[in-house]
Amino acid sequence: MTAYIIRRLLQGLLVLVLVTVFMFFIMRLLPGDPLLIYMAQQSQQLVDMPPERAQQLRHEFGLDRPLMVQYVNWISGVVHGDFGTSVFYREKVSSLMRQRFPVTAYLGVLALAVAIIGGLASGMLAAIRRGKWLDNIVTPLTYVGVTIPVFWLGILMIYVFGLKLNWLPIAGFTSPFENLGLSLKQIIMPVICEAIFGIAANARQMRSSMLEVIRQDYIRTAWSKGLKERVVIFRHALKNSLIPVVTLLGMGISMIFGGSVLVETVFAIPGIGRMLVSSIFNHDYVVVQSITLVIAIVVLLVNLLVDISYGWLDPRIHYG
Amino acid sequence: MAEYVTPSTNFSEVPPRISEWRRFYRVFFSRKIVMFGLIVLLLLLFTAIFATWLAPYNPYKPDMANPLLQPSMKHLLGTDLLGRDTLSRLIYGSRTALMVGFISVGVASIVGIILGAIAGYFGGITSAVIMRAIDTLMPFPVIVLALVVAAVLGGGLHNIIIALSVATIPPYTRVTNGLTLSIKENDYILAQRSMGSSNMRIMARHILPNAFPPLIVLMTMMLGSLILAEAGLSFLGIGIEPPGAAWGAMVSDGYKYLQKNPILSFAPGLAIMLVVFAFNMVGDGLRDALDPKLRGLI
Repeated sequence: MTAYIIRRLLQGLLVLVLVTVFMFFIMRLLPGDPLLIYMAQQSQQLVDMPPERAQQLRHEFGLDRPLMVQYVNWISGVVHGDFGTSVFYREKVSSLMRQRFPVTAYLGVLALAVAIIGGLASGMLAAIRRGKWLDNIVTPLTYVGVTIPVFWLGILMIYVFGLKLNWLPIAGFTSPFENLGLSLKQIIMPVICEAIFGIAANARQMRSSMLEVIRQDYIRTAWSKGLKERVVIFRHALKNSLIPVVTLLGMGISMIFGGSVLVETVFAIPGIGRMLVSSIFNHDYVVVQSITLVIAIVVLLVNLLVDISYGWLDPRIHYG
Repeated sequence: MAEYVTPSTNFSEVPPRISEWRRFYRVFFSRKIVMFGLIVLLLLLFTAIFATWLAPYNPYKPDMANPLLQPSMKHLLGTDLLGRDTLSRLIYGSRTALMVGFISVGVASIVGIILGAIAGYFGGITSAVIMRAIDTLMPFPVIVLALVVAAVLGGGLHNIIIALSVATIPPYTRVTNGLTLSIKENDYILAQRSMGSSNMRIMARHILPNAFPPLIVLMTMMLGSLILAEAGLSFLGIGIEPPGAAWGAMVSDGYKYLQKNPILSFAPGLAIMLVVFAFNMVGDGLRDALDPKLRGLI
């Protein structure tokens, strides 16, 4: 087991190095100069910066050095926790991340929790009440959940709950430590948007794997022993039907990052998803490299945890 | 008493042997929801092909005298800020969605399947190189990868298609790799090899045809997610150039006038949802009809 985890961590490390190389060099292929774009946006007109000044700035950000040197400098900074300085924000990327990553993580963890609890519960109910009214409501809804474009769902909810009913604020983000009430109201819609795909996907998977499990002989044995439904389902069926669902979790975390890019744009939330989009448009190399690296680290770690959890769910699984 | 000993002669319960195609047709066409999906897709195809005749107005020509009109008999879904008919733009948008979907699936699947088959068949260092490269793309959501690639290439339909193709290569490679690994253990592959067939021949004639059913299901499912991803990209502002019509961009344009004219944003979103739903249903139907064992895997 330990050997397996170590091997997976080493593999993950290799993938992370490849991710940094890929993102670093693909960003350098972007047409246009980040400094020029920055200046154009600052002065609202074409660049009137004297060439010496531009050269000096380029030197300051290390953009005049050979690519290999830039890459090695950046990566050795990353190892020491320094992600470099953003050309556009004129700020350390690590401090930009410190402000924005917690926002994305907060919404993402909530969305993941909603997706898991909501998905498993509704999938389980649909399975044990197969063909009844509950199943007939839940199952079609899961089809809607996996097809609805999240940004459109966001707009739909803004229209209904924000503009028409006036129940919820239509955009923005407040820290829960500042104003808990407002903060909760503001995150309801974004969290639902980020979670919707997960809820539906988990529910579908849970329903079909639960249906598979409750046909097994040992479940019939449990019933014939006269056990209560609650005991049969939770003690005997649940754990075995979780295995296929857990696989989805690894994918789910990546889906949530993807969702956050769109959802944070719709609801004007200052997280890393929105910063990623604007940094791509601003050609802010270091920010894009850093955000994609963070996404890759989180996704790889979660996938490792998922793979380890198989062993707990199914003791027959051995790690070789 | 007699009926007690005589074994049942009723064989009607034993299913007759039917050909694979017959079985495929029977399963595929038996579910109403799959039929619904198929009909939606046929209608969509029809709309895309005959957009020029179906659209009541020119979708690109601004009509500054009639901006942001409410739905009426003249303009069934109203008009946008530039006075362009929403319904006409919706109809032309189907071309964008289908083109991006089909071409990207085509390109990504060809590249992905070839890489996966090579990795699975040869193993060793070849497999390590290919699979690590794929692992590098794997942790990223499709939309993030496509966003980065599209930013490098710039906007426009061609570049969106390239970006989405690159971003969706990994699933094909992984699935094909797994399938090839198990198929190549079969005796008929050993037989081919002992007969002196070339590696190319074995892969093309014996491995890929056997890997085909799961791959065709994967491709159908990917069509839906590609259309979603394209909508997301054009919503974020990376898409086909301005006068062109794309559903995601229409949602984002309409968003600004949500209070005044919500249908501008609602109609294209509904179209996206309907089409993605249809592709998913047809994919589901194909999967069940081709091989029920694939349930849960794809």
